[in-house]
Amino acid sequence: MQRDFRHTLNSSPLNPGDLQLNVEHVRLGFGGVTALFDVSLSIYQSEIFAIIGPNGAGKTSLLNCISGLYHPQQGSITYHTGNAEHQITKLKPYEIAELGIARSFQNIELFRHMTVLDNIMAGAHVHMKAGLLSSMLYWGKTQREEIKFRRFAEDIIDLLEIQAIRDKQVGELAYGLQKRVELGRALAMKPAILLLDEPMAGMNAEEKEDMARFVLDVNEEHGVTIVLIEHDMGVIMDISDRIAVLNFGQKIGDGTPEEVSKNQDVVHAYLGEDEDANPVKQMNL
Amino acid sequence: MNSGIFHSTYKADMGLRHTYLEKARWVIFAIFLLAFPFFANRYYLTLANTIGIATIGAIGLNILVGYTGQISLGQGGFMAVGAYTAAILTINMGMPWWASTLVACVVTAIVGALFGIPSLRLKGLYLAIATLASQEIIIWIVTHWDAVTGGVDALVVPAPMLFGITMSSDFNFYWLVWALAGVTALLTANLFRTHIGRAFVAIRDQDIAAEVMGINLFKYKLLSFAVSSFFVGMAGALTAHYRSIVTWERFTVDISVLYLAMIIIGGLGSVRGAFFGATFITLLPATLTNLGRSLKSTFPVVDSILPFIQQAAFGLVIILFLVFEPEGINKMWKDIKDYFRLWPFSY
Ligand SMILES: Nc1ncnc2c1ncn2[C@@H]1O[C@H](COP(=O)(O)OP(=O)(O)O)[C@@H](O)[C@H]1O
Ligand SMILES: [Mg+2]
Repeated sequence: MQRDFRHTLNSSPLNPGDLQLNVEHVRLGFGGVTALFDVSLSIYQSEIFAIIGPNGAGKTSLLNCISGLYHPQQGSITYHTGNAEHQITKLKPYEIAELGIARSFQNIELFRHMTVLDNIMAGAHVHMKAGLLSSMLYWGKTQREEIKFRRFAEDIIDLLEIQAIRDKQVGELAYGLQKRVELGRALAMKPAILLLDEPMAGMNAEEKEDMARFVLDVNEEHGVTIVLIEHDMGVIMDISDRIAVLNFGQKIGDGTPEEVSKNQDVVHAYLGEDEDANPVKQMNL
Repeated sequence: MNSGIFHSTYKADMGLRHTYLEKARWVIFAIFLLAFPFFANRYYLTLANTIGIATIGAIGLNILVGYTGQISLGQGGFMAVGAYTAAILTINMGMPWWASTLVACVVTAIVGALFGIPSLRLKGLYLAIATLASQEIIIWIVTHWDAVTGGVDALVVPAPMLFGITMSSDFNFYWLVWALAGVTALLTANLFRTHIGRAFVAIRDQDIAAEVMGINLFKYKLLSFAVSSFFVGMAGALTAHYRSIVTWERFTVDISVLYLAMIIIGGLGSVRGAFFGATFITLLPATLTNLGRSLKSTFPVVDSILPFIQQAAFGLVIILFLVFEPEGINKMWKDIKDYFRLWPFSY
């Protein structure tokens, strides 16, 4: 079924394993609540990096800091693009997007009244250059650009197996499909880093399996770096290269799935007192 | 039977008009527009011209409110900017009508973008209040800056001439206004099949996600205000040249509300909806007046209460629309089309 991609989904010039994103000593508070205490982590090109932790641990807040929706009070976030090093801590979300960091949201935030196709096309916004006047005239250049990105959008539609719903309004779609479209919209940015906030939450086993396959495809075939927040330990242990564990705003451990599952602090804090019910141990790594 | 629409190329699929039926409807509509002025009397020509101006203004407002989701009560003020700019340039500087119209569009676009700055911080009702303030500020300036605007007195604009022809006669103006309405509709429809138009709609649907997808909210909100105001200014300038009298009373907040009613009744976020709404809101009071006149002979009492009946009927119709077809006339039109597309198997 799968046809060859005519376009790469990855706009990062780095080689696999190069340092790509460096989060250093980030502290984020909201009035009395401190969502992140001194969090540091490094993300390398083409890895799948998982962030786990109980609800309220600060996982979404960390992604929001990276994508510029929140600005930490302390610490810095540095993003590498080969020849340049960007301090993105104070940048606006759209500037960070232009640098190649894309994301999906925990609670689906699609453009509800647009079709699936238009949502994906909207994701390619940063790559489209047509000016106002030529857009209103829909002149040759603009039309060619639209057609070129339409082809690209069709590649993403094929990848995500959503051909049948491309002209549907996303607001009408089932939850699992909306999650898929949201992934597609982020992919249309040709991301250097893709941040996914619980892309499989609320899905049944089959939908989760599909989603995991898509994430792996994007990572393996295109080399896109993935930062993934997810609660399903089975999926996490299966697909991630490295894991960071957050608890009450602090990073209490990181490493490969195997290392994390053996880390006593993690096992204790994240998985509670009842160690027999420890899903990480049950994975039998 | 046509059970769906298929295309073999992306170019065709991305076209504005899709089916033969659709094309045929457009041809019929175009023939009607071309033939109309040869059969219509002055009364109907005036109505048609009013609808044409309103269509341009309503498309402009729909770009901002319907497509970008930025509620505006400043329409009347922006139309005033267009009308006064065109009038003043023509009266004081002897600029030809077409040049003053073009400058008026640009000036209104700039003024619109300036008054759009609060939209960065304000949404929904708060933005509506801020735009209401722009409306009042503009009208205040117009009525107090006597030296330039003539204050509360009317400005008299010389008749627009083109190659010795008076363009403001009902028949000639008809061609001008409908050509401009057609161009406005086409430019707007084009805009919303490109990334700029999608950015506007993205801001309306989910502004945070839009920004995370790389859309600069500041830039695109102001751009939407500017593009919208460009056409609203055009409607204002055309009003000035057509009526040849410009007074502030024509551009009060009532007009802002009337235009909002047009796009809500016609259909938010749709060029065709703006046309339907402009037609409906222009024809409704005219129809009610005619109805009143014909009833007057049988029920003389109607004459004295006619204005009240008109207002009440106007309000009632709007309420009925909001209740029974909140998506506007455009939605009704789509339903009818879908019915006939599958006809006679329409169940
Ligand atoms: N915008 C905000 N305003 C106030 N508190 C917030 C905000 N966003 C997150 N928080 C708080 O920060 C903490 C971490 O939340 P979050 O990052 O959403 O956790 P997670 O995604 O790990 O479940 C919570 O205590 C939450 O209430
Ligand atoms: Mg979360």
